[in-house]
Amino acid sequence: MTTLAYLIPVALFLGALGLGGFLWALRSGQYEDLEGAAERILIDRDDKPGR
Amino acid sequence: MALDLDGVASVLPSSQEIRLASRSLGDDLRQTDLSVPTVHCAACIQAIETALAKLHRVEDARVNLSTKRVSVKWRGDEVPPFVAALGRLGYQAHLFDPEADESDKTLSELIRAVAVAGFAAGNIMLLSVSVWSGAEGATRDLFHWVSALIAIPALAFAGGIFFRSASNALRHGRMNMDVPIAVGVSLAYAMSLYETINHGDHAYFDASVSLLFFLLIGRTLDYVMRERARTAVKGLSRLAARGALVLRGDGARDYLPVGEIEPGMQLLIAAGERIPVDGKIIRGTSDLDCSLVSGESTPRNAVPDDTVQAGILNLTGPLTIVATAAARDSFLAEMVRLMEAAEGGRAQYRRIADRVSALYAPVVHLTAFVTFLGWMAATGDWHRAMTIAIAVLIITCPCALGLAVPIVQVVAARRLFENGIMVKDGSAMERLATIDRAVFDKTGTLTHGQARLVNAASIDPAMLAIAAGMAAHSRHPYSKAIAGLGGRHEFDAVSEHPGFGIEAKAAGSIWRLGRRGWAGWQAPTGSGGRDGDGGTVLAKDGVFVATFEFEDVLRADARAAIERLNDTQVSVEMLSGDTEASCRNVSGMLGIDDFVPSLLPSRKVERIDTMAKDGHRVLMVGDGLNDTPALSAAHVSMAPATAADIGRNAADFVFLRESLLAVPLALEVSRKAGSLIRQNIVIAIVYNAVAVPIAILGHVTPLIAAIAMSASSLLVIANALRLQGLGADPAARTAGPGKRSGAGQLAQPS
Repeated sequence: MTTLAYLIPVALFLGALGLGGFLWALRSGQYEDLEGAAERILIDRDDKPGR
Repeated sequence: MALDLDGVASVLPSSQEIRLASRSLGDDLRQTDLSVPTVHCAACIQAIETALAKLHRVEDARVNLSTKRVSVKWRGDEVPPFVAALGRLGYQAHLFDPEADESDKTLSELIRAVAVAGFAAGNIMLLSVSVWSGAEGATRDLFHWVSALIAIPALAFAGGIFFRSASNALRHGRMNMDVPIAVGVSLAYAMSLYETINHGDHAYFDASVSLLFFLLIGRTLDYVMRERARTAVKGLSRLAARGALVLRGDGARDYLPVGEIEPGMQLLIAAGERIPVDGKIIRGTSDLDCSLVSGESTPRNAVPDDTVQAGILNLTGPLTIVATAAARDSFLAEMVRLMEAAEGGRAQYRRIADRVSALYAPVVHLTAFVTFLGWMAATGDWHRAMTIAIAVLIITCPCALGLAVPIVQVVAARRLFENGIMVKDGSAMERLATIDRAVFDKTGTLTHGQARLVNAASIDPAMLAIAAGMAAHSRHPYSKAIAGLGGRHEFDAVSEHPGFGIEAKAAGSIWRLGRRGWAGWQAPTGSGGRDGDGGTVLAKDGVFVATFEFEDVLRADARAAIERLNDTQVSVEMLSGDTEASCRNVSGMLGIDDFVPSLLPSRKVERIDTMAKDGHRVLMVGDGLNDTPALSAAHVSMAPATAADIGRNAADFVFLRESLLAVPLALEVSRKAGSLIRQNIVIAIVYNAVAVPIAILGHVTPLIAAIAMSASSLLVIANALRLQGLGADPAARTAGPGKRSGAGQLAQPS
């Protein structure tokens, strides 16, 4: 049962990491334009130097 | 057929207006948000962003496809011509009112709460499964302690939403669904903590947290749906003037926001602008479109000394008016005051969920209490009695009930959204389902408020072509109707005489298109002097060569919509501010038996109040400023996308598409949603009827509680999803290919 002593904290830490990642993404505005993000991958980037 | 949206909203915001609506980001940088309803793909995004970025002094332009908006950051004093640039690309842009940040905060709080509750529920469930599958002794205690720790932030953060709402309801002496939820969750946590400390077997941490998680999902979906509808409505172009050009005594001209205009100031109103405050014309003649203000479909002639009300659209010539009232005392403000006074029936409406919970909560709490007393009397073991009583509370905690209503409404709102109908809140659908009478405004709702030429067939095509060529130079609705018939003709000179008509010179002749008395100066006096509908003529050198007759264009499917309403036992009535003759004409075409013409706004409200007193539930459909008080007086209200701004805000439903079939469709979906809600509530009650006896007898363990709660929630959600399939036929009819428009695309599903 000693494995639990580090497995539970590890599991919780990974879960918390996921939660933290989600909250960070939310805060940095990544969910503000879901449709736009989906469409933007179709736009060819302008490869001219200086841009 | 041109969609009326284009007709009404074609006035580009002036650069002063854009400047007024922009916000400063500091350091000379300003940001302007524009609504561009027609963006829909990656190509649009790229076209707009590159075109705007090329403009001088534009720092950055970013399209948000979900909200159909563009935010432009720019520098300097002069506004870069981005609206014109967008116009050249074929996108019509307009300013919208910057929304309060409050709604965004609510949404992000809800999403954060869902995330935290989901994290906690997942981890606690993991530990609980180990306990259920046989963890014992110190291991079980450890798992319980870890669960208790994880549950604390979830309860504090995610549960806070329910605790606040419940305490708010209790403080006002009301009861809502959140009261039994808050009581159940907090008692379950307290009891589980006590069990954990005393090395007990059963802890309900998983139940209390997953309950919060499920309920928050329902609540968030509900909120997202409503927010989407609100954003779509806010993105519609604003019809009221934001400011006006003020002519100072020393000849200087200043653009002032509406709120700063004082009585006595002289204002310049260009053709195509709306009048910002009540006033009196001192210079200039023009034609005025009063359809939004009074419901009149025929443009009014305006000459000096006429009084004008805020909201009237100046069609043909520039006017100078002197303000007679500040914005807060203007016609618009009067309508807002009437609207607030009229808000009655709706405020008293109590939502189904609240009505159910008012009965439900006391019954559940009483049952738990009686269970406690019963076990106390039977065994004398207070700990056991308490455990069983709390198990009763948990098993009856209205998880299914809390989802039963919002889930159905989310699905229903989505169905309506796909058909271009925006629902402001869930209670609107509940109210719509109960109506037995529908009241329609005429101009702008049943009709377009746009003229159509009726006697085109009897006019000499050559004359029609000349008239169309002349009419292309004017924005008068009659001119637009004639110009729409096509035909090109070269003239040496064309000039518009506001209030009278258009004059053109070609091959030595003078052509005039306009009022009978003005165009036909050579005509015998007997036939002259008549203005109004039959009074538009084309004359060559003062002799009539053609007469034009107009009628109001009916909104698409108006007749079919009225028939379908009649089929569903809803009686239809028309209330209009327009003349009796034109009302009779329209009601005849649509088969409406009851109509009341020439109504003032306050009389419309009285009429609706009378119906309400007779026990009718009234749906009001209207678009004008004059309808706004009636929209709030009615039990439930709808407005088309072309309605006046405050009308759109006052209405419970806003439909973006052209077709009036939106009204029967909304009614149908609302009624179906109403019956599904009742079914779901019955399912939830049946579940309780089965589960509560088991709980009272003390056979509920945390495992059984978790299974029972999830199963009932899934059942309720599955039942709600049946609404998706409903009304596929009417939807196909309303969303026919030809009916899609810029506004329609706004409502397309993602």
